[in-house]
Amino acid sequence: MSSVPPADTAASGRASAAADLIAVDHLSKIYQTRTGPVTALEDIHFSIEEGQFVALVGPSGCGKSTLLKILTGLVPASEGTARLSGTPISGPRRDIGVVFQSPVLFPWRTVLGNVLLPADVQHLGRAQLTGVATELLALVGLAGFEKRYPWELSGGMQQRVAMVRALIHNPAILLMDEPFGALDAMTREQMNLELQRIWLEHRKTVLFITHSIAEAVFLADRVVVMTPRPGRIMDDVAIELARPRNLDVMTSSEFGRYVKRIRDRFQAKGGLDA
Amino acid sequence: MMRPPQFLLRLLLVLAILAVWEGAVRLFGIPAFILPAPSSVLVALWRGIASALYVDHLRITLAETLLGFVFGSILALALGTLIALSRRMEYFLYPFIVMFQSMPKVALAPLIIVWFGLGLTSKVAQAAVTAFFPLMVNTIAGLRSADEDRVALMRSLDASELQILTMLRVPTAMPFIMAGFEIAMVLSLIGAIVAEFVGAQKGLGVLIMSMTFTMDVAGQFSVLLILSVLGLLLNWVIVAIRKRLLFWDPAQKIATTTPAERGTI
Repeated sequence: MSSVPPADTAASGRASAAADLIAVDHLSKIYQTRTGPVTALEDIHFSIEEGQFVALVGPSGCGKSTLLKILTGLVPASEGTARLSGTPISGPRRDIGVVFQSPVLFPWRTVLGNVLLPADVQHLGRAQLTGVATELLALVGLAGFEKRYPWELSGGMQQRVAMVRALIHNPAILLMDEPFGALDAMTREQMNLELQRIWLEHRKTVLFITHSIAEAVFLADRVVVMTPRPGRIMDDVAIELARPRNLDVMTSSEFGRYVKRIRDRFQAKGGLDA
Repeated sequence: MMRPPQFLLRLLLVLAILAVWEGAVRLFGIPAFILPAPSSVLVALWRGIASALYVDHLRITLAETLLGFVFGSILALALGTLIALSRRMEYFLYPFIVMFQSMPKVALAPLIIVWFGLGLTSKVAQAAVTAFFPLMVNTIAGLRSADEDRVALMRSLDASELQILTMLRVPTAMPFIMAGFEIAMVLSLIGAIVAEFVGAQKGLGVLIMSMTFTMDVAGQFSVLLILSVLGLLLNWVIVAIRKRLLFWDPAQKIATTTPAERGTI
């Protein structure tokens, strides 16, 4: 690194802008309803650097899911743009992996078949990706479950399968929409630990949507705070807790301060209605 | 599986009913051309089997039923898919199809005989027409029943509409379609028999008609017995295929009765 010429240092401002994997630029979404237009998102502006784990936290009705639908290309924005790797998102993209709140597995496919769904859809070749699938399944603790069917697995295991499916085609970014929201508290903590472990191993860029402040602080490098009606960004908090984080970190005073700061933002807004 | 005591009870019940029937016919001297005793039905059945009376008729009726089922199913699946996938097709076709459905298909039998003659074709046409509608309705409902989240997943993967159809909608529709097949098979048999009543040279329906003219009621009962066994076997085949194909469907695990059990209900 000592041989890097000074010219590069001068360009570092631009270089860091180019390293933004996701750039959401003054984005708004207005839905036309029978009772008139409803602003779901207003002037959303933020970016995510490559390799960063960003959590988006907000109460239900703050437009988190709308934002996710725009980022996956399922819904167009009303104003502004969202860019992924520099190109505007105008439709479904093959370099995105999505994990939904429910596992959304196909019961007629085996675990391996479900994981290889993106390979089938995008003609990536099952043969090459089967090895990757086996590795990833082992990483999430599902080695030997390849030939099982989804209905033979617990809820937590199903969501792990969904995570592997989202990673199988090596997407640039992993979008997670309250992925552990339907799990019980104990399983949820385990899944948080596991997600961190996977992230530390792969350093995939992650946008993690949740309504749990604690979960957001525990997992993320940065927590983006959204408030509802219309959905707006109120705060962007860098979480500087050392990794790997264990569950004990949740009882530390530093963790508590982050949680309080974020909660205070909501309360300043007039309390949560959700 | 049923536990043996229950099975024995059921067998006992059947035997008891047959015994009461037999006793009543003998006791009250009911003439055989009104209600034959079970024993004389069995004798008629045995005589028919021994003289190979049923074989040709059974073969014809079975062929009509199966061909009618196949053609009716092809039509139902094709039209159902078209209507499920295209709102425009639904708008133009559905009124005609509903109108057609509210008409009793057996009423078409004389017309179908006029159009297609006394041979096999008219029976196949009648069976197909009779079997067609429920399967088509099930196909439409099935293809439209795909879960929103699963569709969103497919779209997020940049799947084409064709891929969403083949990888998601068709598998989702399979429980509906298999249920439609079950109904269609029964209706095909009904269609074939009705068409045979109206005009045919061979078939179990023809046999029943000719036995009516000779007042051979015991013989008629024996043919009815053969027809219900035939219906049961055809249903059995469909159920076996359904169970193999839909191993993943939780609804299948609830309906674990064997076809024979369902048949006797």
